[in-house]
Amino acid sequence: MSKAKLPATTKKSKGDEIASGGSQDYVTMTIADQLFGIPVLQVQDVLGHQRITRIPLAPPEVAGSLNLRGRIVTAIDVRLRLGLSSRPKDKPGMSIVVDLRGELYSLMVDSVGEVLSLSNDDFERNPATLDPRWREVSTGIYRLNGQLMVVLDVPRLLNFTTLEAA
Amino acid sequence: MDDLLSEFLTETNENLSVLDVELVRLEQNPNNPELLSNIFRLVHTIKGTCGFLGLPRLEKVAHASENVLGKFRDGELTINPEAVSLILQALDTIKSLLAVLEATEAEPPGDDLPLIERLNLCAEGKLGAAAAPAKPAPAPEPPPAPAVAATEEAPVSSGNVTLDELEAIWNSTPGPTGTALAPVAAEPAEEPAPSQDLVVPDPDPVPAATKVPAPAAEAVAGAGGGNAEAATKESAVAAQTIRVNVDLLENLMTMVSELVLTRNQLLQILRSQKESEFAAPLQRLNHVTSELQEGVMKTRMQPIGNAWAKLPRLVRDLAHELAKKIDLQMLGADTELDRQVLELIKDPLTHMVRNSADHGLEVPADRLRAGKSETGRITLNAYHEGGHIIIEIQDDGKGLAIDKIKQKAIQNGMASEGELAAMSDQQIIQFIMKPGFSTAAKVTNVSGRGVGMDVVKTNIEKIGGTIEIKSQQGKGSTFVIKIPLTLAIVSALIVECAGERFAIPQISVVELVRAAADSEHTIERLKGTPVLRLRNRLLPLVSLQELLRLDDQEGEEKKTDETFIVVTQVGTYTFGIMVDRVFDTEEIVVKPVAPILRHIEMFSGNTILGDGSVIMILDPNGIASATGEMAMGENVSKEATSVQAARQEDKMALLLFRAGAGAPKAVPLSLVARLEDVDLGSVESSNGMPVVQYRGKLMPLVPIDPGFMMGQEGRQPVLVFADGDRSMGLIVDEIVDIVEERLVVQLTADRPGLMGSAIIAGKATDVIDAGFFLTQAYKDWFGSSSTEAYEEEKALQRVLLVDDSPFFRNLLTPLLSVAGYDVTAVENANEALALCEAGEDFDVIVSDIEMPGMSGFDFAEAVRQGGTRWSATPMVALSSHASPRDLDRGRQAGFTDYVAKFDRDALLYALQQTLSEQKGAA
Repeated sequence: MSKAKLPATTKKSKGDEIASGGSQDYVTMTIADQLFGIPVLQVQDVLGHQRITRIPLAPPEVAGSLNLRGRIVTAIDVRLRLGLSSRPKDKPGMSIVVDLRGELYSLMVDSVGEVLSLSNDDFERNPATLDPRWREVSTGIYRLNGQLMVVLDVPRLLNFTTLEAA
Repeated sequence: MDDLLSEFLTETNENLSVLDVELVRLEQNPNNPELLSNIFRLVHTIKGTCGFLGLPRLEKVAHASENVLGKFRDGELTINPEAVSLILQALDTIKSLLAVLEATEAEPPGDDLPLIERLNLCAEGKLGAAAAPAKPAPAPEPPPAPAVAATEEAPVSSGNVTLDELEAIWNSTPGPTGTALAPVAAEPAEEPAPSQDLVVPDPDPVPAATKVPAPAAEAVAGAGGGNAEAATKESAVAAQTIRVNVDLLENLMTMVSELVLTRNQLLQILRSQKESEFAAPLQRLNHVTSELQEGVMKTRMQPIGNAWAKLPRLVRDLAHELAKKIDLQMLGADTELDRQVLELIKDPLTHMVRNSADHGLEVPADRLRAGKSETGRITLNAYHEGGHIIIEIQDDGKGLAIDKIKQKAIQNGMASEGELAAMSDQQIIQFIMKPGFSTAAKVTNVSGRGVGMDVVKTNIEKIGGTIEIKSQQGKGSTFVIKIPLTLAIVSALIVECAGERFAIPQISVVELVRAAADSEHTIERLKGTPVLRLRNRLLPLVSLQELLRLDDQEGEEKKTDETFIVVTQVGTYTFGIMVDRVFDTEEIVVKPVAPILRHIEMFSGNTILGDGSVIMILDPNGIASATGEMAMGENVSKEATSVQAARQEDKMALLLFRAGAGAPKAVPLSLVARLEDVDLGSVESSNGMPVVQYRGKLMPLVPIDPGFMMGQEGRQPVLVFADGDRSMGLIVDEIVDIVEERLVVQLTADRPGLMGSAIIAGKATDVIDAGFFLTQAYKDWFGSSSTEAYEEEKALQRVLLVDDSPFFRNLLTPLLSVAGYDVTAVENANEALALCEAGEDFDVIVSDIEMPGMSGFDFAEAVRQGGTRWSATPMVALSSHASPRDLDRGRQAGFTDYVAKFDRDALLYALQQTLSEQKGAA
């Protein structure tokens, strides 16, 4: 289980001393036509549409829980977490399963794209004017050809306590 | 950490726990040489290992303790509490040293000279000289250690066994492991050691293993070694158990749980397939999995005695500290339960035993006064009952002080006086489970810090258990804990609500009720709150849909009339959960919910069902507390209320009649001496009052309605009231019926002559105040005729009325109940004392003085001096002789107040005074 923590910390330290060059691998995904990325080492699984059990009284971002090969995974609707409207019912959507402190979470996104190896030179900090909700869950932006990719910070994305306090 | 060191720590910690228990036993049976030698051996082992590992500080303490024990064993010193205390103190020092050792892997610097000095003094017999024998013991030299060492070496030198073999046996012996002489020690895992190792008894000892010690034993026997017997047994134990890390077992358990789930899924698939070649192998897999599950569960099972191991020492220390005599009895110590559960209940149990010793049991003097033996008893009893473990902690102390709890509850603003008065004792007891509640008058070292029972309750509920309290004033209290055998797999009922499925743990489900328009059960609503009539009781209902704020997904197909009610019990609170459908029960593996969902207290976990879907597990405790915890104890278990219920069920025969206009009227039948039909022609007038000659005497006739005009002819029904040689007739229009009902005066009337209204035979009925009419006939029937009532709020204080005359009993009972008291009337003092025995409580006792058998004075003395539970209850005497001399005598006997028998105002006033004084003083 400590496996999950390790990449997270390495990634962070690399994000800080980004100037040294080199590259990072990201799983890309789209939510409402915006490209997002999660460091590939944090991703456990990519799932298609799943049957989800609703959890009453849970925060709205928690879509429910699902069974992934005998483990219970909590599904998070990333759209709601990012302050976007929920996905239209007719689009099935996909999920990326991540591990946080031994617990599995399934991040529900519109679609999952390819894995990109991105040069650290293209990395940039969040613009100061970025929506505070996005700034809170993002570590920075990659400038790609023709579009920008927002890097999602999984621990912060799954930290609902600050959200509730706000 | 060094393997050797960690092994040493584990082993020594185990030894120390055993020592704690053994020493306390030794103190009780000082003449048991086997016990003593076992203790000696344990201390010696600790000393030896310390020396071997180079831990001088530990070794010195152990050595000094061993010296003292050696003297005990050689009979040079007698065992006395001081010495035992000293050795226990030394053990504590060893424990604290070990703790440091475990944390830092090194002995803490410094020495324990004062302790060692005292131990040495003790060994020389100079400590506690009073208790020690006069014979001056020689200097601690030579320590008896060599003697034992010699016996250990003896078999080696005898040559028949190889040194290696013997050493293997000694080394592989996990800890002190008992000989048959010390049953407690025979369980090596007496105390889960810090390294979290667990000793798993091997169910099938490999025969070869048992053979190993055999030659050794023979050899030892041949050599005349005294330890031969012991050696055999120890090595046998050693060969049968292995040490396994608990984490490994936990992992194993998780894997098995998954296997069980997968098996369930497979079986579910199989069910949908008619002919499958997988059927047979799956069936076998099913069996094997079940057995595997059972086996793995067994490895996690530990006797509950492990959680109790510390208690004898705890109780002993408490007894010394509090100057009480306490006998701790532990029954069912080998009842096994899951290790995880065991760990979780250990602290609550310790806390409760401590509570019993500190608050529950009285000091010897008080006990003697209460007619109990000096030594208080705390009994722990554990047993299996239908998939659960029941643990009872019982003491024969003074019971929970209801009054104190009430006071405290008011002080802490938990309830108002009025609310408390309306509560049953059972409900009041529940307060001790509330946070910040401590009834100990003063905070002692032991308890009374206000963190206590609420923590116990939370801990027990956390593992899906329940706790129940029974208390009897003066007889002690019993705490009953019901916990599941294991937390890993539970049986759960699957229900559906608004299209979602949920699991409810079977442990809290009492029964299922189907409520529909066409069935005998229908849901009724009280201002929107649903309730259900279930066997003559109102069951509060909780709508799962509303509770979980579930909205119907498919609105069209909803709204069937049918609802299922899952009757659920949490502690003593019973309520119903309304669901749409009920499926079957399923064995589920409880998995904790994700951390971001932990704050939702309605769920205790989630799981995966046989069909692969995830399902939330409802937490009945959470639901209960979310729907109003004050209801706790409302529907108390029948057993607890039986005493009170029996009394409340007392029905009264009432005579119904009509007189004048308005509602039918009623009077307690027992007040009425006779029913007569009076010929109006025979009515005469005397002193401006109609009278009739009745049995050779003049009987005044009183109409109920003052404006009643008596006819001149015909016959008129009359109710005759008589007391002694006086009688009076109450003129009524018509006698309707005699009914048996419980008289509850619901509305008090301010019209003279009426006590109030009650529902009798389904009709609002005026209950007449016979006393009023008696005074109409004879002004002096009571001292005063004023009917002024005391209107002050009296929150149903309980009055015990003792009077031999049925007339007065029947007169005063309604009178007092109208005045706001809850009255219990008995015929004589013996009956009253029987109620006391039965555990009834009253706020005040009103007693007649002249009674056949035990007089009022004797009764008062019996109550006051018997040390009964009533010894503080105020008593008011009722007597027709109210001379100053009588008053004096009454006070001497223990009456609080003295009232002339016929002065009901004075009686009401006296009651009011007494009770308010009582409250003020309390």
